[in-house]
Amino acid sequence: MATNLKLAYWPGCVSRGFTPELHGSMALVANRLGIELVELDRANCCGAGVIAEHNQELADTLNARTFALAQQTGLPMMNICSTCQGAQSECQQRLDADSAYRAHINEILASEGLEYQAGKDGFENKNFLWVLVEDYGLEKLREKVVRPLDGLRVGPFYGCYVIRPKHRLGYEEHPDRDLYLEKVIEALGGEVVEYDGARKCCGFPIVTMNRETSLRQAGTHVGDAIDQGADCLVTPCPLCHLNLDMQQPEAAKIVNRDLGLAVLHLPQLVGLALGFQPKELGMDKHIAPTQWVSERLSGVAV
Amino acid sequence: MATYTLRVRRQKPAEDNDQALAEPYWEDFEVELDPTLSVLDGLLQAKDQQDGSLAVRCSCRAAICGSCGVKINGQSTLACKTQIGEAQEAADRKHPDVDAGGADVPRSNGNGNNVITVEPMGNMPVIKDLVTDMESTHWTKIRRVTPWLLDDGNPPERERIVPPESMVDITQTIACIQCGACVSSCLSMEADPDFIGPAALAKAYRFVGDPRDVDTEARLNDLAQDPHGIYDCTHCFSCVDACPKGVAPMDQIMRLRRLAGHDHDIDDRNNGRRHETAFVKIIEKKGTLDESLLLQESYAQGIKGKLKPSKAAIKGLLGSLPTAIRGIKTGKMRSLPKLIPGIHPKLPGDAQDHVKRIYKHAEEHREELNLYISGVEDDEPAEVGASAETTVENAEERRDS
Repeated sequence: MATNLKLAYWPGCVSRGFTPELHGSMALVANRLGIELVELDRANCCGAGVIAEHNQELADTLNARTFALAQQTGLPMMNICSTCQGAQSECQQRLDADSAYRAHINEILASEGLEYQAGKDGFENKNFLWVLVEDYGLEKLREKVVRPLDGLRVGPFYGCYVIRPKHRLGYEEHPDRDLYLEKVIEALGGEVVEYDGARKCCGFPIVTMNRETSLRQAGTHVGDAIDQGADCLVTPCPLCHLNLDMQQPEAAKIVNRDLGLAVLHLPQLVGLALGFQPKELGMDKHIAPTQWVSERLSGVAV
Repeated sequence: MATYTLRVRRQKPAEDNDQALAEPYWEDFEVELDPTLSVLDGLLQAKDQQDGSLAVRCSCRAAICGSCGVKINGQSTLACKTQIGEAQEAADRKHPDVDAGGADVPRSNGNGNNVITVEPMGNMPVIKDLVTDMESTHWTKIRRVTPWLLDDGNPPERERIVPPESMVDITQTIACIQCGACVSSCLSMEADPDFIGPAALAKAYRFVGDPRDVDTEARLNDLAQDPHGIYDCTHCFSCVDACPKGVAPMDQIMRLRRLAGHDHDIDDRNNGRRHETAFVKIIEKKGTLDESLLLQESYAQGIKGKLKPSKAAIKGLLGSLPTAIRGIKTGKMRSLPKLIPGIHPKLPGDAQDHVKRIYKHAEEHREELNLYISGVEDDEPAEVGASAETTVENAEERRDS
């Protein structure tokens, strides 16, 4: 089919580090949806809020550089990480708020032939979740589904940075951004599981500082989802995935109960409905068992 | 006028023991009022006309006194600052078939709308219905941070004169009205009730940032070393959304970290500063995150650097081993570059040099833009603190062009 969505793509660090299955599944899914991704291979880490905690100007300049690289392509920008979305939106808000500050930062970008221009051609940086709902469209997504996720009970897990703070994340224009995961799950034919933790914090940012507080959050949310009958969780944030999936056996010890719930990256859930096999989507690389999801779907012919 | 259903979470003292509470339950109140009136107006109407025993704390009704903190549709906020029409819109965005509150009672009120849920604030004990005990959590935590000015003990004859720009930075924290909405919303405190929390840490910054206070270093050291202090915040933004006064407590916690870790070099036992400095250094060298190196450096900089790893750091590093082994087994970390700290590739071409240049520039300037003061609109560039200089330059450039 003809490609009509072309985006400057920032995959982030974790999708190429400890969650390589995210980067891989995104590529497969984009291709099948007909979304063309131009990877920003010179771009740098968003700082995840940690660099801003060290030096605000440094975080703002690093992200201004990424935006400028995206603007050079003339395309809107897409990320696949709630944390990138949040850290970059925070910097973008400051850059857009003050032309003098922007000029100060552009001074250093000039040595690389770059400039970040606020609002140039309606420049936006959107998470894949937002792109899917707002730009690709749920109707079109439904048409692409070859293996509806019939009967699959999916718990949404957003990741803080893609839903808060509301004043910074475009809710005036898109008031339903904190309901998109539910909409996508339904569009793919799955069943939404309501549970307490969907919009709470996975705890990851403090896992090296207060392991118990961190993993108690992850373990509690996974446990709540299991209690509500979820077959799996889905998240647009690879850092949430680290705490919810990679650390799940450790979180289970902290909350003192059995867990063992599959946690899918958003492109993986979409990929299953588009007909990809779990292994193609890297689901064998997860820590929490994904067999249950695979068995549920294996009976459905593609 | 419109009709609204308020589904209120109620809880009364137990009949046989006034020290304990009876089981909580949900009760629906139908109220009729103008959509621009507040949820508090709705609650007071229910109390006035339907059940005088409904307990709610309030006073000014104008978002000044901070008495009527509650959760409306799950969001911690002030009942007097939330218009009931807007609360209805928020309630209606949720799925009508799923129960809100009482077991198997659907959220729909049967009149084409959903119910508006009203609950007491979270993270603190309930006294009755919507009235919570602010003393045992909120005020205890506030007192924990020594919430008064510690001066040099030599009172001047008249007031202490401070330059206005040095007070700008703490104006945002001074706006706090002690309503507890941020405490109610805090997701770290849900997991760790001992966390000092957003309100008290914002209050701490109010004095850390005050040029008249002489105990800055000791305050920062205390908050950095406490395992339930500044490094117990997960950066979830819940308090930022909850605060009715724009204090953004989380932003103040990040300011405290910036001061403790960078300006005062406090090597805390929670690995907060080590994690931050390791992260920042790796991006300077590699451009993107080398997770293996981050783990090693966060926990055990002492293996190669000058710092001696603390006992907690060694324990942390050992604690992460089972996770790493599982990662190797599933193939998550199969390839060598992901396993060995430092092998992670740099950015291509000269991109890494440009990142390094950015570091040099930003570390020299360290500008901070405070949007609470300068606003988010770009019409009139701010002239606050260090950015005043560039503002002038830029204005000249604009005139020239």
